[in-house]
Amino acid sequence: MEQLKTIGRELAMGSQGGFGQSKEFLDLVKSIGEARSKAEEDRIVLSEIDILKRKLLEPDVPKRKMKEYIIRLVYIEMLGHDASFGYIHAVKMTHDDNLLLKRTGYLAVTLFLNEDHDLIILIVNTIQKDLRSDNYLVVCAALNAICRLINEETIPAVLPQVVELLNHQKEAVRKKAIMALHRFHRKSPSSVSHLISNFRKRLCDNDPGVMGATLCPLFDLISEDVTSYKDLVSSFVSILKQVTERRLPKSYDYHQMPAPFIQIKLLKIMALLGSGDKNASEIMSMVLGDLFRKCDSSTNIGNAILYECIRCISCILPNPKLLEAAADAISKFLKSDSHNLKYMGIDGLGRLIKISPDIAEQHQLAVIDCLEDPDDTLKRKTFELLYKMTKSSNVEVIVDRMIDYMISINDNHYKTEIASRCVELAEQFAPSNQWFIQTMNKVFEHAGDLVNIKVAHNLMRLIAEGFGEDDDDADSKLRLSAVESYLQLISEPKLPSLFLQVISWVLGEYGTADGKYSASYISGKLCDVADAYSSDETVKGYAVSALMKIYAFEIASGRKVDVLPECQSLIEELLASHSTDLQQRAYELQALLALDARAVETIIPLDASCEDIEVDKELSFLNGYIQQAIESGAQPYISERERSGMFETTDYHPQDHHEVPSHTLRFEAYELPKPSVPPQASTELVPVPEPYYSESHQPISTSLVSERESSEIKLRLDGVKQKWGRPSYQPTTAASSTTQQAANGITSHSDGGVGSSSSKPRSSYEPKKPEIDPEKQRLAASLFGGSSSSRTDKKSSGGHKPTKGTVNKPATVPKENPTPVQPPPDLLDLGEPTATISAMDPFKELEGLMDSSSQDGGSNDVMGLYSDAAPVTTTTSVDSLLSELSDSSKGNSRTYQSQTSKGPNTKEALEKDALVRQMGVNPTSQNPTLFKDLLG
Amino acid sequence: MIKAVMMMNTQGKPRLAKFYDYTPVEKQQELIRGVFSVLCSRPENVSNFLEIDSLFGPDSRLVYKHYATLYFVLVFDGSENELAMLDLIQVLVETLDKCFSNVCELDIVFNYSKMHAVLDEIVFGGQVLETSSAEVMKAVEEISKLEAASNSISLVPKSVSGWRGR
Repeated sequence: MEQLKTIGRELAMGSQGGFGQSKEFLDLVKSIGEARSKAEEDRIVLSEIDILKRKLLEPDVPKRKMKEYIIRLVYIEMLGHDASFGYIHAVKMTHDDNLLLKRTGYLAVTLFLNEDHDLIILIVNTIQKDLRSDNYLVVCAALNAICRLINEETIPAVLPQVVELLNHQKEAVRKKAIMALHRFHRKSPSSVSHLISNFRKRLCDNDPGVMGATLCPLFDLISEDVTSYKDLVSSFVSILKQVTERRLPKSYDYHQMPAPFIQIKLLKIMALLGSGDKNASEIMSMVLGDLFRKCDSSTNIGNAILYECIRCISCILPNPKLLEAAADAISKFLKSDSHNLKYMGIDGLGRLIKISPDIAEQHQLAVIDCLEDPDDTLKRKTFELLYKMTKSSNVEVIVDRMIDYMISINDNHYKTEIASRCVELAEQFAPSNQWFIQTMNKVFEHAGDLVNIKVAHNLMRLIAEGFGEDDDDADSKLRLSAVESYLQLISEPKLPSLFLQVISWVLGEYGTADGKYSASYISGKLCDVADAYSSDETVKGYAVSALMKIYAFEIASGRKVDVLPECQSLIEELLASHSTDLQQRAYELQALLALDARAVETIIPLDASCEDIEVDKELSFLNGYIQQAIESGAQPYISERERSGMFETTDYHPQDHHEVPSHTLRFEAYELPKPSVPPQASTELVPVPEPYYSESHQPISTSLVSERESSEIKLRLDGVKQKWGRPSYQPTTAASSTTQQAANGITSHSDGGVGSSSSKPRSSYEPKKPEIDPEKQRLAASLFGGSSSSRTDKKSSGGHKPTKGTVNKPATVPKENPTPVQPPPDLLDLGEPTATISAMDPFKELEGLMDSSSQDGGSNDVMGLYSDAAPVTTTTSVDSLLSELSDSSKGNSRTYQSQTSKGPNTKEALEKDALVRQMGVNPTSQNPTLFKDLLG
Repeated sequence: MIKAVMMMNTQGKPRLAKFYDYTPVEKQQELIRGVFSVLCSRPENVSNFLEIDSLFGPDSRLVYKHYATLYFVLVFDGSENELAMLDLIQVLVETLDKCFSNVCELDIVFNYSKMHAVLDEIVFGGQVLETSSAEVMKAVEEISKLEAASNSISLVPKSVSGWRGR
C-alpha cells in the first residue's frame, strides 16, 4: 500500500476545480485548514453559516448549487456547528430524481438526523418509493438510509419491501437488505422475529459477499440463543473448510489469505456454538487444527485469524492437541516485537489461563516485560491478566503492582477501575488483616475520592465485624492495627474525604477501645481533622459523631471527661453552623456530655455497631390509639398513593435534600384530587370551596410537608405546642424527643435515659398548657395561614391507621385534605424559606450519616432526642412574632409547613384547628423514614 | 459492532466522522476531541489498540492507524477482532488509494461524498459488509458512472444551451 503523501499536489488539483465543487467550497476548506486557532476557525465557520443561511433562502437555487450547499452543511456540522437550519433542504433533496442529488440528500440526512427526528416522516415515503426503484443504486441508497433513519414505529412501513429485496438479482442489494434486516432486529427484535429464517436461507447464497454479510446477523442471533442453531454447526465448519481451501473467488483474497474476515466471523460463531458442547467441539477441532497449520503468521491478518482460533479454543471444550497449538501460537505472539501481537498474546493468555492455569508459567518473563512496557494499552491488558490469575499466593505482589500503577496514572476512569479491582482482590485473597488494612489505606489514600462509597462502608463493616471467625482476640488486633495505621496517616495533608470518613468512624468506634490511646489523644486528632478539612461537612459530621462516641464511652466507663479546649471551640463553632446537620450533631454532643453514665451507656453502647436494632415498622403499638380515634368518629386512614422514589437517597450529600422538588417547578400535571377522602370531618366545620381544592393542595404533596406529617400521625405530644410560646428551643427538643421515642418504640431501654433528661422540662410546661384563645388563634392563622386546619384533618383522618401506613404511606395524607383558603400573601414569605429547610434537613442528612457510620442503636436514640433542635433554632427568627401569639398557636410547626407550600388562611381554618386540638392529636416532627432507611 | 469511524489529521481536525448510533453533534465533537487527545499522547512504536471505555462506554475498543498526516480510527465493541479491525483500516486506505490514486489528506477533504460512498460499501450499519477492496472499487465506480450519467442527462442540455446561447 502506498502511504499517503502530504502536501502540494492537491492544491494544484484544487485549482483545476476537478471535484465538481465550487471555488467557494475549496476556499472554505482551505481557510479552515489554515486557521491558526479554534477561535479563528469558529469565526470562519460562523460566517459560512451566515452565507449558507442566506443562500438557502434564495428562490430558485439551481439544484447543482443546492447540492454543494448541502455538502457544505455536512462539513460544517462535522466541525461541530449546528446546521439544523438546512436539514429541510437535505430532506427535499432526497426527493429529487437525479441520482447524484438523491444520494447526496440521503447522505446528508443520514448524517444529520436521528431516527426520532420530526423530519423523518417526510422521508419514509421517499424511501418506500426508492426501495421499489429499478435502479439498484437508488435501492442501495435507500437501504443505507433505512439503517439510520427507521425506528421501531416505521419498520413496518418498509419491512415488506426489504424482505422482497432479499431476492434481488444484484448481490449488492441482497447484501444490504440483509444488513437492513439485521438492523431492524437490533432495534426491535419482535418486529422481524418471523423473518429470521431468511437469514438461514441467505447463508446458502451463491455470492460469498452475501453469505459473509449473513454471518453478522447470525452471530447476533446465535449469541442470544445458541440451542436453536446447533444444527448449523456442520454447515459453518464446512464453509470454513471451503474458505481455507481457497474455494472462494480470488477477489476475496486479502494479503494472500482467503476471505479472512469471513473466517474470523465464522470462528466467532463457532466459539459460541461449541462452548460446552462436546459434539460440536469435536466437529470443529479438525478445521481448527488445519487453520493453525495453514495460517501465515507473518501477516497481520494471518495473526488475526490465529488469535481468533485461540479465542475459539478457549470457548469450546478443549482438546489437548489444540490447546497445545494455541499455547504455541500465544508464545509466538508474546515473543514478537510487535506490540499489537504482544497485546493479543496477553489477551489470549488471559483466556486460556482459565482452562489450563499452568500455561502462564512459561511466559512469566514475557508478562513481566509487558508490565514494564511503555505502552499503556499493553500494560493495562497485562494488569487485566494479572487480575485474572491472582491467587492467595501472589496477591500481595500483584496488588502492590496495581497500586503502584494506579498511583502513576491520571486517567480517573481507569484509576477507579483499578482501585476497585485492588479492593476486590484484597477482600478476596488477603493473607493477613494487617496487609489488608495497609492495602486499603493505600487505595484510599491515592484514589479515595474515586472509589465507590460502598467500598468504604464495606471496610468499616469489616473492621467492625472482624473476619468472620469467632475470634475476638483477632478482631481486636485487627482494629488496633487499623487504629494505629490511621493515627499515623491522619496527619498527612490532603487525604480524600471518603478516607477521612472511614478514619473518623474507626477512631470514634475503636480509638479508645483497648486503652492504648487516651480519649483526649484521639479526640484531639479528630478535632484536627475537623479543623483541617473545615470545608468538608461530611467529614466534620463524621468527626463530631466520632467525638461523641469517644466521650460516650468515657462517660459510660465512669471516667471523668474533660473536653479539650479545641474540642470545646469546635463544638461551639458547630453550634452556630449553617449546616443543620452539623448543628444538630453539636447539640447532641453537648447534651450527651451532660448526661449520666447509665443514660449514656444506653444511648451509645460500647462496640455495638453490629448490633441489630429492632424496629416495629408496623407501628403496632399505636393500634390502641387508632382504635380509640376511630371510635370517636375519626376516618380510617386510606393510603392511595405511593410516593414513588421519595426515600431512595441515603447518601449524605447536601444536594440530596428532598426539599428540592417543593421549590422547583413541576412540569407534570398535578394529579387529580382524590374524591374518596373529601374532608368530611372538616366540612362540618368548614365549607370547603371546591375550586381551590386541587390548586391549593397538590403542591404540598411533595416530600417536604408530608414527611413531617407522616410522623405526626402517630405521635401524640402535648408538650410540643409550647414550642411557639417560648423563644428557647430546649424544652421543645426534650419534649418532642420523648414522644418520638415512645412512638417509634425503638430500643425501649433507652427510654429510661432519655426520659430522665426530658421529663423535667416537659413537666414544667404541662401546667402552662393553654386554653385556646380564639383571638390569638385567628391572628396565628392569619399570620401563618389557615393551613393548620388542613393539618388537623390530616391528623384526624391519618391518625386512624398508621399501622397500615408503612413509612411511605402517610405522605399521601396531606393531599387528601384540601385547604380551601387563600394565603395572605404579604406574610407568606416570612416563614417560607427557613421553615422548609429546617423541617427537612436534619432528617435527610442524618439518614445518610447513620446509614453509613453508626449502626449502633444508641445513637439513633440520641438523634431522636435532638432532632428537633435544629428546626427550632432556624425558626427563631420568627419567634418574636410568635411569642405574641404564644400559646394560641398550638402546633404551629405545622402551620409553618403548610404555609410554606400554600399558606391559606380563614376563620374556618381556625375552627378546624380547634377541632384537632380537642381531639388531642398533636404532631411532633420525627421522620420515620429515617429508621426505615436505616434498618429496613 | 463498529461504533464509529473517524479520520482526523494530526492537528486534531476531523476529516470524516461517522457514528453508527445516533450521536448528537456536541457529543460527536467531544468524542473526536477525546480520541484525539488520547491518540496524540501515544508514543511511537506502541500497539495500535486502545481500550476506551471512558469515552464510549464499557467494552469499547479503538484501533487506530497513522498515515502521514492522518489518523484513521475505528471504534468498536467486544464482538470484533482488533487485528481484523486494523486490517479493515488497511482495506479502507487501500480502497481510497485506488480511488484517488495515491490518496492524501486533501483528497479526503474535497471528496467528502465519495469518501462516504466508499465507507458505506465497507461498513454498513455498524457491520463489516465488504472487505475486498476490488469489490468496493467496483461498486463505487459503478456509482460514479451512474451518477455521472444521470448528471449529464440533467446538466448537459443546460450547458449546451448555455453554450449555444453564447
